[in-house]
Amino acid sequence: MITIIDYGSGNINAISNIYDILKIPYIIASTPKQLENSERIILPGVGSFDHCMDNLNRSGLKEILTKKVMIDKVPILGICIGLHLMAEKSEEGKLLGLGWIKGVVKKFDKNIIRHKPKMPHMGWNSVKIINRLDLFKGVNLDKGFYFIHSYFIDNLNKENIMTTTNYGNTFVSGIHSSNILAVQFHPEKSHSNGMKLLKNFSKI
Amino acid sequence: MLRPRIIPSLLVHKKGLVKTVGFKQSKYVGDPINAVKIFNEKEVDELIVLDIDASVENRSPDFDMIKNLATECRMPFCYGGGVKTVDHAIKIVKLGAEKVALSSSVIENTQLIKEIGDAIGSQSVVVVLDYKKSGLLVKRLELFTHNGKKSTGINLFDFVKILNDLNVGEIVLNSIDRDGTMKGYDIEVSKKVREIFDGPLTILGGAGKLEDIKEIVDEFKIIGAAAGSLFVFKGKYKAVLINYPSHNELFNEI
Repeated sequence: MITIIDYGSGNINAISNIYDILKIPYIIASTPKQLENSERIILPGVGSFDHCMDNLNRSGLKEILTKKVMIDKVPILGICIGLHLMAEKSEEGKLLGLGWIKGVVKKFDKNIIRHKPKMPHMGWNSVKIINRLDLFKGVNLDKGFYFIHSYFIDNLNKENIMTTTNYGNTFVSGIHSSNILAVQFHPEKSHSNGMKLLKNFSKI
Repeated sequence: MLRPRIIPSLLVHKKGLVKTVGFKQSKYVGDPINAVKIFNEKEVDELIVLDIDASVENRSPDFDMIKNLATECRMPFCYGGGVKTVDHAIKIVKLGAEKVALSSSVIENTQLIKEIGDAIGSQSVVVVLDYKKSGLLVKRLELFTHNGKKSTGINLFDFVKILNDLNVGEIVLNSIDRDGTMKGYDIEVSKKVREIFDGPLTILGGAGKLEDIKEIVDEFKIIGAAAGSLFVFKGKYKAVLINYPSHNELFNEI
């Protein structure tokens, strides 16, 4: 069973719709009790960093989520701002992140992006897999995934890099650390590639 | 490598999909959810849906419709029409749209762009600029709102300069004069806007064949090429047929 965290930020419907199509069972959790028996967790996130973090802080889910991930080692997939929340902090906001993975979320440097558009990084881009091939089984890497963001994770340990993508420079578009997986792009909006990734996650 | 975005742009009028010519002569082309299902199968890069009644009728967005569309969309979804407040934008993103398109409300009050950006992230704030040539003696490019009915007196390029300083996520540049004509994009105006604006730009209005898309991709490289008629009509008699080129057709030819 997959548990999709509903803390008021993120595209819950699009994710659940894909699991409906794949006939993979899931629950949408908005209370600590619903998280107690989770076997796999998805942490989505759309919006600004502080807006999402504030919603998570107020949801009453942070404590049990941290226990599930850091102590029980339940597999978790973060999406977009869901990835940012796992870092220590973000230049986009003032609030502290969850700090599950060493790293700081930074804004793209306009000056090193030579083309227009400069920011946000938006559209379909390819990813290079550094680690965790199991999550990307069957994915068409050229077609890639849909991105929409101006911030990315940096200052992380090399062993936590899962994928990289090129935009101006190479940046880290996916991170991992044992049971923790997170992607900067939106699998729920990336057609068959995204469906494959979400299916693969259900088997991890 | 980041690819150009090829984007069907759909108009909702009285709960059905329509296609217009010059923002007039709306022709019914089908059911919105049905169209989304077909575009899912075709794996389109993105989808824009604009409710062309909301601002004209001075009403709020139809949140039920947005929820149904966003749930169905397996591609990034941009909704526009009647978005007037920060709360509207938050609700739309929460319902599952990646982007919120604004037009009349932010042309009247540019402060709203920052307020909405702070709430939903500036990358999700799209501004649609409907423009046409106006003036009897001196031709100029003027912004229009309320489905092309209301002139603003604001010059297109002046407003793009303001938007560039405001950290907008994307501009959708929509030529009223070319809407539905299928005679090609307004490249000259697009070039000037590209010079002024640093962020993602999507061009809408006039695409009639894949070569039109190829032309702007050659010119601008990373660009959004949006079209209505091209993706809902087929053949010279404009029979309604939802269509979209395959990945190969687009990128081997382009």
